[in-house]
Amino acid sequence: MEYNKVVMSKKPQSHADRADILIGGGGLAGLALAIALREALGDAFHVVVADPALDRAPGDARASAIAAAARRLFETIGVWDEVAAGAQPILDMVVTDSKLDDAMRPTFLTFDGEIAPGEPFAHMIENNALIASLLKKARETGVDLRTDAVADFDTQPGGIVVRLASGATIPARLLVAADGARSAIRERAGIASHGWDYQQSGIVTTVAHERAHHGRAEEHFLPAGPFAILPLTGNRSSIVWTEQRTEADRIVALPDSEFHTELERRFGLHLGDIAIAGPRRAYPLGLSVARSFIAERVALIGDAAHVIHPIAGQGLNMGLRDVAALAEAVVDAARLGLDIGGATVLDRYQRWRRFDTMAMGVATDGLNRLFSNQSDVLRLLRDTGLGIVDRIPTLKDFFIREAAGITGAAPKLLKGEAL
Amino acid sequence: MPRAQAPASTVDQAEIDQFSRLGAQWWDERGPMAMLHKFNPVRLGYIRDQVTAHFGRDPKKLGCLTGLRILDIGCGGGILSEPLARLGGKVIGADPSQANIDVATHHAGQAGVMVDYRATTAEALADQGECFDVLLAMEVVEHVVDMPLFVKRCGEMVNPGGLMIAATLNRTMKSFALAIIGAEYVLRWLPRGTHRWDKFVTPGELEAAMVRAGLRVVDERGVVYGVFSDAWQLSNDMDVNYMLTAEKSA
Repeated sequence: MEYNKVVMSKKPQSHADRADILIGGGGLAGLALAIALREALGDAFHVVVADPALDRAPGDARASAIAAAARRLFETIGVWDEVAAGAQPILDMVVTDSKLDDAMRPTFLTFDGEIAPGEPFAHMIENNALIASLLKKARETGVDLRTDAVADFDTQPGGIVVRLASGATIPARLLVAADGARSAIRERAGIASHGWDYQQSGIVTTVAHERAHHGRAEEHFLPAGPFAILPLTGNRSSIVWTEQRTEADRIVALPDSEFHTELERRFGLHLGDIAIAGPRRAYPLGLSVARSFIAERVALIGDAAHVIHPIAGQGLNMGLRDVAALAEAVVDAARLGLDIGGATVLDRYQRWRRFDTMAMGVATDGLNRLFSNQSDVLRLLRDTGLGIVDRIPTLKDFFIREAAGITGAAPKLLKGEAL
Repeated sequence: MPRAQAPASTVDQAEIDQFSRLGAQWWDERGPMAMLHKFNPVRLGYIRDQVTAHFGRDPKKLGCLTGLRILDIGCGGGILSEPLARLGGKVIGADPSQANIDVATHHAGQAGVMVDYRATTAEALADQGECFDVLLAMEVVEHVVDMPLFVKRCGEMVNPGGLMIAATLNRTMKSFALAIIGAEYVLRWLPRGTHRWDKFVTPGELEAAMVRAGLRVVDERGVVYGVFSDAWQLSNDMDVNYMLTAEKSA
């Protein structure tokens, strides 16, 4: 097995006693960062990913919209080919604003789904498939994967000593918190997180339908909040359905037939008969942004740094922007022989990401407030507002490019450039 | 009390005392030397790229300076020496201030990086017949007593086919306004008294000294500060900060 031999030889000295960087959390952001660093810096740069759930069977029923910029990142770090088969391009997008029982939902905004000829602005991918591909690539590139949790850490001159739950102690130069919205590393680093709870939940499930969706994404602004139909491969769509929290809990707990009825009321019959094709679960929605994205020898990425409203499908993409910015700051410093956990690197990362995150948080929060309201005045306002956007091509183009994540001073990986 | 100096030394004791006072603050990236830390990436990048191009190495490889014997004259607290050693260089960091050498040695120990730090001068090393593939005089020539003599002694230590790279401040009205008034008094980027404008060196003077030392200038580059990016970058503007690379023919 020639292939296996190559893989073996690229593996780091198994469980080496020190790391250049230790990433706590093996989700999408943590694994993507680990792969990007190994690809750019090679075997001499030791990357550890510690996550107690690494060897568990993937159990995430959600799908994610991968914006063009994030897709370029996956291409550049060599995982896109692997996931491409299961990725459904979003070819166009329709947004409607309606009351639940309106016979016709007035369409006031349509988007062609391409940022450049032949380049869709987003793809839908099921999270499980993405994680599986990232894990495979992480093994191939010699990331030191540990089924273990970060228990504690202490900074010391020149580094940070990380203790794992198993008792192992690993000195590193930088610790990355990629351990999700309730990040234990963030808390241990003493970084507060500000935000609020929307008292809404997003019901997530998968639906099979009779007719083809032709790559069309739909977002219906119903009074309780947005109801999104996002195309998956085959005649299937991922549903993200916002309701008040108690109502969401009630709906998820309904017997299958009643859940089906509630869903069909909102989904409509334009794609023919529908069938529930996956588990259903309600995720509480909130907005929170860490007070700082850095502490001494610690950097936060992904949900550990920020959780925003999923209204514009930007949560994962924001996390991947963190990955691209931190990877570039670390790689540049490493190639200059600088301390990769020093203040210069951390300050550069924070400057790069925090403003962008605040802006996105405010924008998605505003959208949600504007659209989660029955007021006719607000409805008139948003209809005319979006109607104006629809009629001005350059403005619409800007929104599409913003949704695709390619405006601003983007890090190289988001532009498809190798580090 | 000034230490006894060998005759023909180019060391200025008042300058040494000024830098020795910094102590452990050398390595505080947000402290009094923050501006030097911000300046460090651009000069490191310049050195790395000049050296790897000259010796046919890949600048993206982590060990791109492996095996090269490098002298960092006026190494201070080791801000330049330590990164060059991490890139694989066999680095000798020399500084006349024992206090600086102590700071640099202590820090390299903590960081786990091998650097050969010595409390000595360029003249003493030249007298010992030391030779190097790369000799660095970064932000040094504006601090010595006799610049042409200093450069001559440096030139003696460059191996045939090797490089000398120097960075310094030009003596122009613009550098007086920016480097002295702006950096030390208005913005407080640098401790007051860090620089004396009358000791600044024009590119013409430095190149002439290098030529007399048997070196040929192969690259010259300005460095400017971008207000909006809050970062230093290479430029064609050599009115204030600039760097020269010179080679000794093989």
